[in-house]
Amino acid sequence: MTDTILSVPTVAEATPGMRLARRFLGQKAFVIGAGILTVIIGLALLAPLIAPHDPYAQNLALRNIPPVWYAKGSWLHPLGTDQLGRDYLSRVLYGARISLLIGVSVVLISGIIGTTLGLMAGYFGGKIDLLVTFLVTTRLSMPVILVALAVVAMVGGSLWIVILVLGLLKWDRFAVVMRSATQQVRSLDYVAAAEAAGASTTRIILREVLPNIAPHLIVVATLEAASAILLEAALSFLGLGVQPPLPSWGLMISEAKAYMFFSFWLIAIPGTALALLIFAINLAGDGLRDVISPEGRV
Amino acid sequence: MSETILDVDGLSVDIATPRGALHAVRDISFSVKRGETLCLVGESGCGKSMTSLAIMDLLPKAATRTARRLTFADEDLGKASRKRVNALRGDRMAMIFQEPMTALNPAYTIGNQLVEAYRQHRNASEAEAREQAVHLLDKVGIASAAQRLGQYPHQLSGGLRQRVMIAMALMCGPDLLIADEPTTALDVTIQAQILRLLADLQRELGIAMVLITHDLGIVARIADRVAVMYAGQIVEEGPTASLFANPRHPYTQGLIDCIPVPGRTVPGGRLGTIPGVVPSLVGEIRGCSFRDRCSHARDICAATVPLKETADGHQWRCILENAV
Amino acid sequence: MIGYILKRLGLALLVALAVSAITFFLLRLSGDVALAIAGEGAQKEDLDLIRKTYGLDRPLVVQYVDWLWQTLQGDFGTSLYFKTDVSRLVLDKLPTTIILGFTALGFALLIAIPLGVLAAVYANSWIDRLALAIAVVGQALPNFFFALILVMVFSITLRWLPVSGSGTWLHFIMPTIALGYYVAPAFMRLIRAGMIEVLSADYIRTARAKGLPTHKVIFKHALRNAVVPVVALTAVQLGFLLGGSVVIETIFALDGLGYLAYQSITYKDFPVMQVIVLLLSILYVLLTLASDIANAWLDPRIRVA
Repeated sequence: MTDTILSVPTVAEATPGMRLARRFLGQKAFVIGAGILTVIIGLALLAPLIAPHDPYAQNLALRNIPPVWYAKGSWLHPLGTDQLGRDYLSRVLYGARISLLIGVSVVLISGIIGTTLGLMAGYFGGKIDLLVTFLVTTRLSMPVILVALAVVAMVGGSLWIVILVLGLLKWDRFAVVMRSATQQVRSLDYVAAAEAAGASTTRIILREVLPNIAPHLIVVATLEAASAILLEAALSFLGLGVQPPLPSWGLMISEAKAYMFFSFWLIAIPGTALALLIFAINLAGDGLRDVISPEGRV
Repeated sequence: MSETILDVDGLSVDIATPRGALHAVRDISFSVKRGETLCLVGESGCGKSMTSLAIMDLLPKAATRTARRLTFADEDLGKASRKRVNALRGDRMAMIFQEPMTALNPAYTIGNQLVEAYRQHRNASEAEAREQAVHLLDKVGIASAAQRLGQYPHQLSGGLRQRVMIAMALMCGPDLLIADEPTTALDVTIQAQILRLLADLQRELGIAMVLITHDLGIVARIADRVAVMYAGQIVEEGPTASLFANPRHPYTQGLIDCIPVPGRTVPGGRLGTIPGVVPSLVGEIRGCSFRDRCSHARDICAATVPLKETADGHQWRCILENAV
Repeated sequence: MIGYILKRLGLALLVALAVSAITFFLLRLSGDVALAIAGEGAQKEDLDLIRKTYGLDRPLVVQYVDWLWQTLQGDFGTSLYFKTDVSRLVLDKLPTTIILGFTALGFALLIAIPLGVLAAVYANSWIDRLALAIAVVGQALPNFFFALILVMVFSITLRWLPVSGSGTWLHFIMPTIALGYYVAPAFMRLIRAGMIEVLSADYIRTARAKGLPTHKVIFKHALRNAVVPVVALTAVQLGFLLGGSVVIETIFALDGLGYLAYQSITYKDFPVMQVIVLLLSILYVLLTLASDIANAWLDPRIRVA
């Protein structure tokens, strides 16, 4: 008897988490995007296990072998080999690691900078707000790709330099979104109540403000990661990003440029991989945005 | 040319909703003669606005219109092409909306918006159209009309905007004017002015008017005929005097009891109210739709309701004899 | 309004000053001008001599003030690589980039406006889905990859267009498409969302009640209101285009500011880099100001106050 009574409400009511999960799954775009993204992340993590060859091992005797779907292709190198005879599938798999690493690290750096600035501007207002707004305007007026190219050219390209430079440049959107979100949360009653109750500023920001804007932050982070990945690819494509022999997709396209007339697949494969990754992140990000902030604040 | 300008027979409007089709208007029939004022009254959500939008072919995408007969000046609107409907709208039949604050385009001057219909339908020059616009602004009681043409909607008050809307509707001298609660959004003092203006213009220009309102006080003063709507149906319709003097449907009686009458209503006393809520419009309604709220309701009210009629054209739908 | 514009111009000046300082210190701290002048592998004595001659041994702040003073007087210095006046060099290349910026913007609007409007008018139809697909692909496709696909198709396979270079209008076609498609999705989404919102407005019903033909309702009454936020986006996107032109001009060897920027970066041509970054920043600030003014002008509620 007691069992049946107890079991009734659990059937009827879903937890907030379940409801949120259902909303996410209702978003076809999000499901597709997150699905593709999960596969790419999985492949990147498992690259050392599943890559058929060492991505750096050259074999000049086996240069520019076309992928398996061409007549001259072979299953030994399913996606063929590049101009130095390196296995293209292995390089593409390892390339995913670079792109994902760039996306995550850049967003971590820029997210911390932008969030801090935006929080301060939105929470304290006044002169601090003016200063941050000025910094954002100044930053926005400097073309990212140009400044990044110049600095990388001066200091010398490496994976970490690229991450650092992009991270230091791409905090603007975080700052803008955090600023307006913080302003809104600040005006809410319970934050005023916490203030009146004598809670410290740090405590209010950490306990009341941040959790409220975290969802918006995640959306910005997703879209900024995509943008950072594209920028790294562009920098590497121009020869001023990640340096050879690292298998960055942008760099692979750059190296294959000279062979595009005969072996366009050398460009098409990393290009498609890049587009697919960006597509998946954007789709997941848009889906997240629709679920988290349907009013479209981000 | 017949006396009847608008003839509606068996008009229904269905709106697709996730829960199924919502029957906003259920098989209603009425007609309007040239120069006559018909008032459509009822609570919000009873289908008044949907009826007017259906006549003008302005229903939202999710709504569909069906009718046994829907004619305007003997022309079948149900069969009219999109082009033909556009030729009639704004020319022979015009409409005034509820919200003057949002019914005007904020991006264009009122002069620009006034001349549009006239130029479209009359093939007139800009100068001729502006002349007509000034003439009509004058007529709706807007001072220094010529200067007003260059102003934007946000520069005008709500009352002025509604006057502009009226002028806009009258630009081409329509045969039929549909006014959908034209005063609801306005201040009480302005409401009376606008209604008097509408009534005067209607009489002066001899236009047929369908005035939609939930205010029976207005109706008593300006309507020739009244149609009372409830839950998508017309439950009673007749000449104004007859309907007010001798309401046959308990719902009409209830509405009339809600009107404060100077001298008779005790200040601070209670006005009549109708208890209960309107039934859901999703799905079929069997029997009388008002029976859940009607103090006279009997078991018999669940049966199909007949349409009753007296010699002077007073019609009602109530199965009971002399319920009121 | 005038006061507002003056205030914004003041801000633009401050931003330009900040940008000039940031670029100056950023470039000087990350690279050695003397080495750039002398070339790799130069002797220490030579470097010291160069530092002395060019005043590079002075504190950076002094050098910056000096540079700023000369710049304000209209002396932008001499290119280390091209050995010509920087102002001459930049002015020579600027028109190409401006033309490319506007053709790309035009191309973007040419596909974004019709598709955005159609997608909104026929929301959830096949045309809406087609527009969405075009937008999604445009956002995901790296512009340099798309540029190479264009080269493959139009130059190598079809042999219709020159692979690279500048001089004729034919040279502008592929850069325009590559750059334009890159910014079109943002416009398309904004126009679609704006149109969907506007189309359900009361004044659209009023316009239809007047018996206006559909094209007039959509293009005169709806688009006019939906296009207001697009103007604000245009400035941002033009800034984006200027940045993107570095990649695209380099791929197509189109002789504009972007290509010059790339060359100056690879040759460590400090004076040229400095001026290009400054110029692009000022352009961006002026563009946002122009878009704010256009926005105010487009909205009578602000204009006629």
